[in-house]
Amino acid sequence: MTVTRLIWREMWHRKLSFALGAVSVAVAVGVLVAQVALLKKHDLRTEQLLAEKEADTKTRLQKYEDDVRKITVKMGFNILILPKDQALADLHDEDKLARTMPEDYAAKLARTRVATINHVLPTLTRKIKWPERERKVILMGVKGEVYLQSASQKPILEAVAPGQMVVGSELHRSLSLKTGQPLRFMGRDFKISKLMEERGSSEDITLWINLNEAQELLQAPGVINAILALECNCSPDRLAKIREEISALLPDTRVIEFASQALGRAEARNRAAQQAAEELQQEREGRAHLRAQRESFAAVLTPAVFLASGVWIALLTWVNVRDRRTEIGVLRALGVRSSQVLLIFVGKAALMGLVGAVVGEGVGLLCGGFAGEPLPQRLQMGVLCRETLLLVLAAAPILTVVASWIPALLATQQDPALVLQEE
Amino acid sequence: MNSMLDLQDLTKTYAGPNGAVPALLRFSLTVQPGEFVSVQGPSGCGKTSLLLAAGGLLQPDSGRVVVDGVELYALSAAARARVRATKIGFVFQQFHLIPYLSVLDNVLCPSLAADLPDAPAQARGLLDRFGLSHRLHHVPAQLSTGERQRTALARALLHSPRLLLADEPTGNLDSDNGAAVLAHLASYAQNGGAVLLVTHDPRVAEYASRTVRMITANKELQQKAGPQ
Repeated sequence: MTVTRLIWREMWHRKLSFALGAVSVAVAVGVLVAQVALLKKHDLRTEQLLAEKEADTKTRLQKYEDDVRKITVKMGFNILILPKDQALADLHDEDKLARTMPEDYAAKLARTRVATINHVLPTLTRKIKWPERERKVILMGVKGEVYLQSASQKPILEAVAPGQMVVGSELHRSLSLKTGQPLRFMGRDFKISKLMEERGSSEDITLWINLNEAQELLQAPGVINAILALECNCSPDRLAKIREEISALLPDTRVIEFASQALGRAEARNRAAQQAAEELQQEREGRAHLRAQRESFAAVLTPAVFLASGVWIALLTWVNVRDRRTEIGVLRALGVRSSQVLLIFVGKAALMGLVGAVVGEGVGLLCGGFAGEPLPQRLQMGVLCRETLLLVLAAAPILTVVASWIPALLATQQDPALVLQEE
Repeated sequence: MNSMLDLQDLTKTYAGPNGAVPALLRFSLTVQPGEFVSVQGPSGCGKTSLLLAAGGLLQPDSGRVVVDGVELYALSAAARARVRATKIGFVFQQFHLIPYLSVLDNVLCPSLAADLPDAPAQARGLLDRFGLSHRLHHVPAQLSTGERQRTALARALLHSPRLLLADEPTGNLDSDNGAAVLAHLASYAQNGGAVLLVTHDPRVAEYASRTVRMITANKELQQKAGPQ
């Protein structure tokens, strides 16, 4: 005969009492495990929601960015780099060559790849009287773009070959010019290579020729008076950065950004990004608030259930001790030590705790799995927290032993003589 | 020869609602190995108190209890439990079998307290001797009163105690069953064991080697002893 066998037989004999104890442990453990599972589920769901929202925001912003890029390219150059003292209003002043800067500034800018600058185009521009036609035009000498970000990009403005000319809309319409037609300008012969479409800007009265030829005609060798560039509008604070970097790279220059539709789109994108970030933050805060509420509820409910279970176990053990007074007396008469009597009762309580914990964990996981927010199949296993389950399995028997300790101790202190005399 | 049980001037008084109630008053008795001593007296004369004190379960107010040369109440409770587990067997009038254990498991109960390597074989042997082989796996509720008492006797003898203390073992038995139990006790004594049996059953005298008559302590005549 062993204490284990005695416990097992007694437990089997008083099945209802054992079951009542085990159920109370199962309820307490079930509540705990379900709460933990629900909180874990909440966390997983939060992660999932936020990840989805972030991905959605990212996609939207990428689309916005893409739109901005496309529009920006469509709109043409949006950055103008001028010599420092050159007023934009004086750039096209008649018969007066504006201030200039070295032509190699453009190459320097292209090589350095400042910020998000792209499509760098050096120009020499002057409003001038077309002597052969007696009308005012803007002459713009252009070289090919000195920098493209990738080989797949097409230049915004094609290079103009020496001896060729591109004619603005107003000019070619009013003068009935055709592509391929020869044209004389400032005593030099050109051939029209392209007729521009209407832009509704000064470009409509512009003649584009090769930069070197423009420099010769305007007697300004090796200089330019503007660099046109395209900037992608990728970041909200980009202009300050561009100005800072360009002023460090190209002294005595200033940067002007053309107000454009792209700017509006960029602003919209920036606002959307900000709004998305705020929405994400709101979602995060809402979820955190909900979690805190659930945590507070669990923090009250779980200890209360555990306390009730502990009291119930103590009561059941006390009743068990009372029912077994004679048995204890007989065992003591047979020489069973008080420590063994204690072991009989706490051993039973530990077994009760273990059985209750196993059942409670199963029920708790089921409840936690089905209750609360739905979770995708792939995340459901994440609700299981192996460490918590093992900890609960170990802790439940210890707690039931603690709960039954005082009644079990009373059993050991019972005077066998009193019981045996009563019979 | 050393006595198996030596009770010297045992006095035990209980507190009652109308003052102290004496149960034992300077009671002395010696039981030798191989002796079957019957203590007879009316109900309430202190027989059970005597038996519990002799078994180390009820500390007397004064006097000494010596079992096989060991003074019981000079020992700690744990040491007294060890003496009970190895040297003393108890039989009770109410049998006090554990209701949820089978006959075999009940008989094996002393092995909880002492290391008895041959306990299962020993238990089966005892139950066979007491005619209970067919009842090994029955619970006490399924036994007759005689079978219960024989089971209790087998339990008391499992660890081969040198002293057997029996409290009215025939009190609930019919004459045949009573006679069978007494015959077993007598046989145990003949094989060298010491038996102290308290009873008010006069039939016991036929089996006992010596009978001690107790009268109630509060009449100041605690004991009169003499061979039958």
